Amino acid sequence: MKQARVTYKPSDEVDFAIVGSGAAGGVLAKELSTNGFRVVVLEQGPYLTPNDFSHNEIEVFVRHQLTNNPQLQPVTFRKNPQEKAKLQPSVMYGRCVGGSSVHFTANFWRFHEIDFVEHSKVGDIPGANLADWPITYEDLEPYYTKVEWEVGVSGLAGASPFDPSRSKPYPMPPLPVKGSGVVFERAAWKLGYHPFPAPMAILSQPRAGRDSCVNCGFCLGFGCEVGAKSSSLSAMIPVAEATGRCEIRPNCYVHRIETDKSGHATGVVYFDRNRNTHLQKAKAVIVCANGAETPRLLLLSTSSQFPDGLANSSGMVGKHLMPNSAAIAYGVFDEPSNDYKGFAVSRVFHDFYELDANKVGFYGGGGLDARFDFTPAAFALSGLPPGTPRWGKEFKKALQQNFTRTFEIFCHGTSLPVESNSFSLDPDVKDAWGLPALRMTYRDHPNDLRMMEWMKDRAMEVLDAAGAKTKWHAPIEEQEFAVHLLGTCRMGTDPKVSVVNADHRTHDVPNLFLCDGSSLVTSGRGQPTMTIQALAFRAADRITGLAKRGEIHA
Amino acid sequence: MKSSQRERRSFLLQMGGTAAAAWLNAQWPVVLAAAQHAHEAANSKTPGKFELLTAEQARQVQAIACQIIPSDELPGAREAGVVYFIDRALMTFASDARPIYEKGIGAVNQLTSTKYPERKTFADATAAQQEAVLTELTAGQGNGGARPEIVPADSEDFFQTIRMHTIFGFLADPSAGGNKDYSGWKVVGRDPAPSFSPPYGYYDKGYPGWQAVKAEMEKK
Repeated sequence: MKQARVTYKPSDEVDFAIVGSGAAGGVLAKELSTNGFRVVVLEQGPYLTPNDFSHNEIEVFVRHQLTNNPQLQPVTFRKNPQEKAKLQPSVMYGRCVGGSSVHFTANFWRFHEIDFVEHSKVGDIPGANLADWPITYEDLEPYYTKVEWEVGVSGLAGASPFDPSRSKPYPMPPLPVKGSGVVFERAAWKLGYHPFPAPMAILSQPRAGRDSCVNCGFCLGFGCEVGAKSSSLSAMIPVAEATGRCEIRPNCYVHRIETDKSGHATGVVYFDRNRNTHLQKAKAVIVCANGAETPRLLLLSTSSQFPDGLANSSGMVGKHLMPNSAAIAYGVFDEPSNDYKGFAVSRVFHDFYELDANKVGFYGGGGLDARFDFTPAAFALSGLPPGTPRWGKEFKKALQQNFTRTFEIFCHGTSLPVESNSFSLDPDVKDAWGLPALRMTYRDHPNDLRMMEWMKDRAMEVLDAAGAKTKWHAPIEEQEFAVHLLGTCRMGTDPKVSVVNADHRTHDVPNLFLCDGSSLVTSGRGQPTMTIQALAFRAADRITGLAKRGEIHA
Repeated sequence: MKSSQRERRSFLLQMGGTAAAAWLNAQWPVVLAAAQHAHEAANSKTPGKFELLTAEQARQVQAIACQIIPSDELPGAREAGVVYFIDRALMTFASDARPIYEKGIGAVNQLTSTKYPERKTFADATAAQQEAVLTELTAGQGNGGARPEIVPADSEDFFQTIRMHTIFGFLADPSAGGNKDYSGWKVVGRDPAPSFSPPYGYYDKGYPGWQAVKAEMEKK
């Protein structure tokens, strides 16, 4: 039954070269190879399997087993375009087959109707370039459903009165509730909110030859040892490979997209693991390298024809970075909830998804969840209340008292699209391959900071209602670190102010497509992966249609 | 190996017959063996088992780690084998920190002998004296206060570093080479089982289900 894995030579002109194997790249690889196309996926990271995953925090957090390594791939940071950026590891993303979907928390909220039409609804916001999407929630709904059923999402349809419309229930019931979920849920009801079982991309039942979650407790940051987390690695890549038409080529760092005189992409240039350079020829190129590396690759691909980088006639490549805003409140409770067991999040509420700016004094919204995402060592480093002694008898006593009795309320919210918030090439710093390093320029819109202050206050009220005996919150500060890499090659109908059209086709290069967090026009309310995958399923349909109609020669 | 065998058995019972169990069945002994291997040095009574630290440096590191997480009725850094974890860390992922340790140990010893002229090194001091030295060393850390003049430069970096390594060696999953016999997890109350079933703790016991809670709350 098992197909031999296909391999292509770089000189074979495949139908599609896909750069990146994460949330979007995995879906596109699976869909396009299933539709009969010959596909090569080039992934800069290694091809790890569940056998390579462990609970070893040193491997994962210190040696960057699953993520970008700032020593090889330095990142620079500055707050505004006038400053010289300084070395600072300000970006984290998955760097292995499956990308960030391997290590993520797996919160899987759909965007709501409002997320696609915010500009029409609220108008211009000073300092931000708010825009409507060229597609609506209704356009994307069938693909959200497809994600839930094909990738594997656990949840309870209709549980939240704020949920957008849906055509089908979830394929699996929600995961079991955690102690944090029970306490949060009761407090939320008491305050008049509408808590519901968190939709999670983790299997609550065995499905499609994969196992359900064993509640090991090493979830955020780690690869799933049983494949229950619905990463591209466990849900999409095996299906793509089984077609016999898709090659996953790991350890390949694509650093240039080649174009011909007619302005068409001809393939991608990459370093293999030995730093030898190859050109993989392809009839069309799809970049799914994430909202940082996708714009960086375009900016690296300059030529006399494209002096400002590929697909950048608008000058919008890399602009409008939206990392989502966040606030965290912590509570310690009387009894052990043992929240270290299981996945991170079991309850959430969306009562603040669409706030009235006239009432609250800021634009946007968000959701609150109850979670515990500390390993024991991480907890000792950053999970104790402020003022706790940092060593000695009292430190040990606090660890003993608090580890099983603490959980967090995590507030997730909007980031407004600000043009100067961006990824670009650093003029001075080079990576280990001698290429310009990624430079992040970012300063939160004041609106987003006001929102997080407000959300934080609500989270503290929930902790009060929940009976927390100690509570505190992380300071609300300007963010200097991004894991949600959104908006940097935004989708739109006007080639002057957007990079890709509604089919994810770049306005400038007819056989070059971009699909990942960079395509998002607005940031949603903090959980982008579900939408990135819905866009990828939709993009696969659109691209297949273009190929069948002969509009691209794949 | 007795405790390993016990863990494996209870784990197999818990997992039942799913395919996930099949994978973990195959892998868990390997994980345990790796942890066991990492702990061999810690178990050994023969001297000269450090890869990088000199016996004298190791004595100081041990003394500092044992002040960061002291032993009482529950295990501390000593029982978790933290000093061996740190020795291996300096050979591997933390090799950059070697100069910080070298200078830091010297600085802590100097501070000790300045405060207590009868004590040549930190490890020679009494527990109360050690506590006083570290209190002085860490004064001003985390609350923006000024460090006393007497504390040598570099010692702050050193304390942050050794504290982090002590925490990793005490609480990281044993596959990372510390946390011998799950000493650290005994302190924080983390069950070392590789998988769990609900109810997990006090609050989710007897939870009637989301629908039931919703109905109950709507009645009010």
